[in-house]
Amino acid sequence: MVFATRRFDFSASHRYWRDDWSAEENERIFGKCTSPYGHGHNYALEVTITGTLDERTGMVMNMTELKAIVNEVLSEFDHRHLNEDTPYFKKLVPTTENIVRVLWRLIAAQLPAEARLVRLKLNEMDDLWAEYDGSDEATFTRSYVFRQHIACIRPR
Amino acid sequence: MSDAENLAIYDKCNNPNGHGHNYRVEVTVGGVVDTQSGMVMDLVTMDKRVRNLLDALDHRHLDREIAYFADKPSTAENIVVFLWHELAARFEGQLQHLKLYETRKNVFEYAGQ
Repeated sequence: MVFATRRFDFSASHRYWRDDWSAEENERIFGKCTSPYGHGHNYALEVTITGTLDERTGMVMNMTELKAIVNEVLSEFDHRHLNEDTPYFKKLVPTTENIVRVLWRLIAAQLPAEARLVRLKLNEMDDLWAEYDGSDEATFTRSYVFRQHIACIRPR
Repeated sequence: MSDAENLAIYDKCNNPNGHGHNYRVEVTVGGVVDTQSGMVMDLVTMDKRVRNLLDALDHRHLDREIAYFADKPSTAENIVVFLWHELAARFEGQLQHLKLYETRKNVFEYAGQ
């Protein structure tokens, strides 16, 4: 099985806020992301597909076609305020996990029959991303730095 | 192990005065996305739990100041397992994967198996 991945970049702003929660509750769960005017990110989306290799073309699907499909989907997101300018986050908080699941639905619906969407990885920042494979669960990863002094001596 | 064996295996890492690294650890948590918050785990809580551990380790001499390494060499393999045990206890079953970069070229992964 061959997996093919292409990376896409887009920029968007968003705000984490629930009207049905108190200001304190919003602040406690969402922290700085509650800022009333929203804030922006340079998102990076990695789209991974698989399928049977076409013997004639040597491809699962033409990556140029994948590029066109995903760019079309992302045109609704790029340089937009996700809460205000798209229909997807009126009731859904535009967290990385929710964005990646919305993108899954939109991209999967457009793929040709020979390609199957395997994984989406959405980086909100270099050190923060969510991954989704179409199942009931998603994962969320953050990268942390720490400094350490070590010796590497096997104790006797 | 004798001094000679230590030196043979650990080579430049066996400098008696120790050496340092800027470690980077990628912490992956998994689960159902909460219908209210839209999150697998809220970032404020996640940061607090991880920083609570890492701040206790930051700028320490692992071998001399952290009990877990009193009888184990502080290889990156042992460090990633140590971090797993510490973080798993804090994440109540949601910890899914750890990826520890000792340097940009040395990477170690552990998922509790």
